[in-house]
Parts: sequence; C-alpha cells; structure tokens
Amino acid sequence: MFPRIPMLNYDLVVIGGGPAGMAAAIRAKELGLKVLLLDENDYLGGILPQCIHPGFGLHHFKEELTGPEFASRLAKKMVELGVEYRTAARVMEIKNYSDLEKVVIFTSPSGAYQVWTKAIIYTAGARERHAFEIGIVGDRVAGIYTAGEAQTLMDIYGIMPGREVVIVGSGDVGLIMARRFALEGAKVKAVIELMPYPGGLARNVMILRDFNIPLYLSHKVVEVRGSGRVERVKVVKVDENLREIPGSEFWISCDTLIISAGLVPSVKKLKKIGVEIDTATGGPVVNDRLETSVPGIFVAGNSLLINDLVDYVVEQGEVASEGAKEFIENGGIESRKWVKVEKGENVRLVVPHYLSGDRDVYLYLRVSRPMEEVELRIPEIGRKIKLPVVKPAEMLRIKLKAEEIQGEKLTVEVVKA
Amino acid sequence: MIYRFTCIVCPLSCAIEVEVENGKVKEVRGCTCPRGEEWAIGEVTNPKRVIMSVVPVEGGALPTVSVKTAEPVPKEKIPELMKFLAKIKLKAPVEVGQVVAEWNGIKIVATRGA
Repeated sequence: MFPRIPMLNYDLVVIGGGPAGMAAAIRAKELGLKVLLLDENDYLGGILPQCIHPGFGLHHFKEELTGPEFASRLAKKMVELGVEYRTAARVMEIKNYSDLEKVVIFTSPSGAYQVWTKAIIYTAGARERHAFEIGIVGDRVAGIYTAGEAQTLMDIYGIMPGREVVIVGSGDVGLIMARRFALEGAKVKAVIELMPYPGGLARNVMILRDFNIPLYLSHKVVEVRGSGRVERVKVVKVDENLREIPGSEFWISCDTLIISAGLVPSVKKLKKIGVEIDTATGGPVVNDRLETSVPGIFVAGNSLLINDLVDYVVEQGEVASEGAKEFIENGGIESRKWVKVEKGENVRLVVPHYLSGDRDVYLYLRVSRPMEEVELRIPEIGRKIKLPVVKPAEMLRIKLKAEEIQGEKLTVEVVKA
Repeated sequence: MIYRFTCIVCPLSCAIEVEVENGKVKEVRGCTCPRGEEWAIGEVTNPKRVIMSVVPVEGGALPTVSVKTAEPVPKEKIPELMKFLAKIKLKAPVEVGQVVAEWNGIKIVATRGA
C-alpha cells in the first residue's frame, strides 16, 4: 500500500508510552505477543516523569512513589522483558483494513515506517483544555500556560515560567502546580474555581492551606490584559447556574496565568477510523476488554477516560492487553449479546459501556455532583454499596463478578441511602 | 483555637476538628478511625511534608533530575530546605534512588535518573 515506506510486522502495536501503554506492552509480552510500543516523546513515561510529587503507586506497587519513580519501574520491567519500543516515533495515521489487518504509519529520526499489525492498543493520553475553550478573552500576551506546560517547563527543563501566578481551576494538576510555584519562590496570588467546590482530591486541596493560597470558588477568569506579557486578569463571580454576576468583577495583577481546566481524551486518530465516542467521557465506547467499536482497536488510560490514579491506568492497560491477546488468537472477540451499562441518578459517566458476563470487571464511574450518605446501586441485580461521600473529583471503581452480569442492562445510580 | 481539616488518610474524607487550648490538644472531633486522629493531631502539633524539586544536571538526557526528601520535613523548615536545594548541581550519571545530598540529617534522593 505504501511501497516506499519500510514495512514492519507485529501482532500488536501500542500507541503511547505512558503508564497505560507501558503496562499494556509489558502484559502483552508476558502473554507471548510480538508487540511494539511507540511514543512521540524522547523518553518513556508520558506525563509521569514531570509529576515529581509523591502519591503514585499505593495500589499497584503498595508503596508511595513519585511519578518519575513509577515510570522508571515500568520502564525497567519493559527492558527486563525485552519489550520493543521506539521513542521520538510520531504516529501519523492508523488504517484499519480488516479485523486482523491494520497499519500504523509513524515517522522517527530514522525515517517513516509502516507497521502491519493485528491489533492496536491506543494509549495516547489526553490533552489539556486551553484558555480559548473556557471563554477567556483579551490581549494575546506571553505568560499564559496550561498547567501541564508549566509543569514540563519547571520539572523537566528547570525553567520558571513566571513569578506572580494566578491559577484557573482547582483540579489536581492546578493545585499541584500551585504548590510547585510556591515551593520555588513564586507568589501564587489565587486559585480560581468555577464550581462551588474544589475540583481536586482532598490531599491536594490541602496545598492551599500549606502555602496560604486564596481559593475563589464560584469565580472565573474572563479577561487577560498586558502589553507583551500578562499584567492583570479580570475575575468575576458566578451564580449557581454559572452565570456571571454583573458588578462582581475585580482585577488581580500577575505575570503568569496557568490554565488547569481539565483534560480531554486524545482520540482524533481514533475518530478518523470511525471509533464511536462517548460524549460523557470524551473517550471511546468500549466493551469489557476495552475494545472500541472498531474490532481490534483497544484503548486504555486517559484516552479511555480521564483518571485520577495511575494505578487504574495501569490496570486498564493490562485489561486491554488481555483483550488484544484473545482478539488475535480467536480472530476477533466472539459476538454475543452484550449487557449494556446505563447511567442512572447522579452518574455522569461510567466505563466500560458493554459487559460480556464471562469475566469479572471493574466499572469506573464519576458522579455529577457531590453528595453525602449515599448508596451506589445497581437495581437490576440488587447490588448496593454504601458510600459516606461522593465527589465528581474522585472516580469510583467497583468490581462486578461475572455471575452478577446478566440481563439486558445494568443501571448504575448514586442515591440517598 | 479550633483547627478544621478534611482528613486525607483515606478516601472517607472525614471533617475533623482539633481543639487546642494553651498549646495542648484538648479534643479531636469527627474522626472515624485512630489513624485519622493521629494525623490530625500531627497536623496541629508538628505538620510535616515530603518535599520535591528539580536540580540541574550536567550531561544527562534531560537538563534536570527530580529529587525528594527521603522523609517528611517539618513544614516551617521548608523555605530553608528549598534554599539548600537551589544550590545543588549534579553530574550524570545519576540513578533513581541515589542519595544526592543530605540536609540536617535528611537524605535528598533522586527520583528521576540522568
């Protein structure tokens, strides 16, 4: 098909060398598959090498690690097992010719290649929402970064992006960057949160108290002003419907604006080959093998749904690999009547979307709004789990046994106990 | 004086109140386990944090090595520690887990190699 491009042959190509991809490649190699992992960065690990704070791996490694340590453990395992990988390898296109004939075209310092493969696990992570997507207008000035960009500058390259900082969004990345800026001697003047509650895990919200950083809930940044560099930002209060309250505006002077407005799964290349997307997660619709609507294309990690814990990302990578193994051996995942997972009361998203009932499965879900003293219920099978508190910021993960998975559908709801 | 915390020991996120009188903890309310109580008292009497930063490295694939303190550091000592970390310069090779410096008996450990 591409006669001048050198051809490689594998059972499985893993696209993305973050924790999901590395875990998938490791598991695939253990399962005896001929696997190739591709990553566009110069180093393995995805975003982990820049997440230098502790808090990773409590579930997977049973000890608390920093991001780079977590990544280096997975990388070491890959090397020990002899998993083939290429860094600085940018995937240009995925082609799906038939169930067991797929092509991944990538460029690299040694040229372009086409890889013929039977299955693909897509673990390309997520992208950050930027200032334009959250309605910030004003001057086009230097000093506006996403939280991840600031993190790359500071914690990979050792460059301080600014000295007087306003952070938009109180999600985990925003709070973690607030701490990094404060630790390195910058003045964090405010964290501005649109919602009436903080967006991050409780342990990260504590950072604000540690460094005396003011948190403005129910506020948003609407405008940036400066000549050449950010000089000030306009903040406005919002009502319960998130509408701006006239007359509530005030200005904060700063030289840097950090946008931490959430992540969106990177699925452009999957959409191109017709993978069905769930508008709630922003990631693909999947079955319990984490296979997308295109047979033999699997997905894991933040490309599947935005996770808070790397441990679950690793788990998803492994599940996808086991699915890929079954797919390759049987020439497809056997067709069956799938049990559909439906969203009930106060459930914003739930993954996977379709269950087979031939295996135990983890459901990952998020609620729409915070609630206390609730029960997570699946009425069709009489399952009830008491939870003292649920928050949109904290993903819930529940295990369903194979024998519980039956009928037309299972509805997951979170209701007052 | 009453200090209020959201407990971070486990995902229950208990709302804890610690009442302090004359510099002594008088009462801890809102905990549902002893670990939470211990944590909350520590937060009032001697809060400590594991601290992370990056230090420049010569001859590595990336220009910095990330580091952490091998144990939690008293909160009020953090600015002093950061000034110490700002002076460190390393040369490759650096292994993950290598002790690259020591400050007041606390080991500074590389978390990313070079």
